Amino acid sequence: MSLLRVENIHVYYGNIHAIKDVSFEVNEGEIVTLIGANGAGKSTTLNTVSGLLKPRSGRILFRDRNITQMQASRVVSLGMALCPEGRRVFQQMTVRENLEMGAYTRPAGEVASSLKNIFERFPRLKEREKQVAGTLSGGEQQMLAMGRALMSKPKLLMLDEPSMGLAPILVEQIFDIIRELHAAGSTILLVEQNAQMALSIADRAYVLGTGSITMSGSAKQVLEDDRVRAAYLGG
Amino acid sequence: MIQFLSHIISGLSLGSIYAIIALGYSMVYGIAKMLNFAHGDVIMIGAYVSFSATQYFGMHPIASVVISVIMCTILGIAIEGFAYKPLRKATSLAVLITAIGMSYLLQNLALLIWGANPKSFTSVVGLGTLSLFGGEMHITSETIVTVLANIIIMIALTTFINKTKMGKAMRAVSEDKGAAELMGINVNLTISMTFAIGSALAAIAGVLLCSSYPSLMPTTGSMPGIKAFTAAVFGGIGSIPGALIGGLLLGLIEILGKAYVSDQLGDALVFAVLIIVLLVRPAGLLGKKVHEKV
Repeated sequence: MSLLRVENIHVYYGNIHAIKDVSFEVNEGEIVTLIGANGAGKSTTLNTVSGLLKPRSGRILFRDRNITQMQASRVVSLGMALCPEGRRVFQQMTVRENLEMGAYTRPAGEVASSLKNIFERFPRLKEREKQVAGTLSGGEQQMLAMGRALMSKPKLLMLDEPSMGLAPILVEQIFDIIRELHAAGSTILLVEQNAQMALSIADRAYVLGTGSITMSGSAKQVLEDDRVRAAYLGG
Repeated sequence: MIQFLSHIISGLSLGSIYAIIALGYSMVYGIAKMLNFAHGDVIMIGAYVSFSATQYFGMHPIASVVISVIMCTILGIAIEGFAYKPLRKATSLAVLITAIGMSYLLQNLALLIWGANPKSFTSVVGLGTLSLFGGEMHITSETIVTVLANIIIMIALTTFINKTKMGKAMRAVSEDKGAAELMGINVNLTISMTFAIGSALAAIAGVLLCSSYPSLMPTTGSMPGIKAFTAAVFGGIGSIPGALIGGLLLGLIEILGKAYVSDQLGDALVFAVLIIVLLVRPAGLLGKKVHEKV
């Protein structure tokens, strides 16, 4: 059963036609990845799904509800969380406050137990609990951004370039965490420039080229495709 | 010496009023990233509402303050909803000009309703005067109430911003609207709430101002409004302690300047200090350096 279904969306920035007739779906329990070059429209797609941007035409269905014109803040309460590109943690708030903001849509009584879960998954965040987020390292900020997104207990977790700007060892760590989340039953939509890494953990993949989907299939098929290898995986 | 002390006390009292007004500028700037130049005129409306409630409807002064707070809260939400919300994606210059237009609109509405003649505002405090040092120094009850009100408001607001869910959401919105939206925070509602709080404080400031300086006209709010804006910038706009320190310093400079330098130059001194502070510390006394992202 598809959790998220995007049907023929077109997105414009002013007169620029950024997303052209993009359709894809994410089924429950899957990791789906959206790969493509810089500027192909990966982040625009995620921002549109989350409700931050509105498509000019097309439909977005989440858990069988039409969320195409819904405000981003309402989409969150339906169970969708976006961990945005560049992490965008609240720099002047503490780690704990950032996580509390992640649970904004949830009843106050459930926050404590989620906080405990997140601290178990990211012990580093527990150590830094009272520290202001702006003082964390890039890797820690990424963990905080992911933890913050998980605090809403999402049915669908969308990750926008989680490896961006991180040292290779940290990239490994972040991908390990994504694997663990998947093993624990999370459904994940992953946008990555690091196509090799993304395809290695995904079930299915869509390749985005200048605003349209140029290829889709199982991660294995996409990984073995000659055109994809040439374009995104360095031969 | 006693005279100097009483100047300090008047300065702190006037500064407290500036600080309460400055909070409104600062919070709105912090969250909506706009300068609400109509804020000073909300003060004036607040004072007129309280005046009308006591003079025309015979209400108890305290009740008139409550009515004034309620009316200004509604007014603040309405101003934001009608004038500023449609401009959320417009250039900051368009918003600024709208705010100035809103300021003149409020002044002229007041002119229409209450006329141009100054009204003599009756203090809502009126508990008499405290005499110290064998009658050499007088502290009015208005002064005491103003300073106390300022302290209470500062403590309450700081607690609200740091401890409550809504307050934390406000801080999140002030940092990153998009990220806040992704947390499920209704950004528009949060901005309305900020205007509501700022305007409620403006009502209190208006009543306190006119209790100490009883002449009420449609332009009564503009000078204190500009000075409080100066105080907010002086202290570091967007910062609550900044508004407090900026307001108090400005009140002290103004009163001491008028007493010891020149009666006419008091206001000029206030703005001279602003210029010097901005030359040395562009972000204000407690302002944070803004790191522009590349």
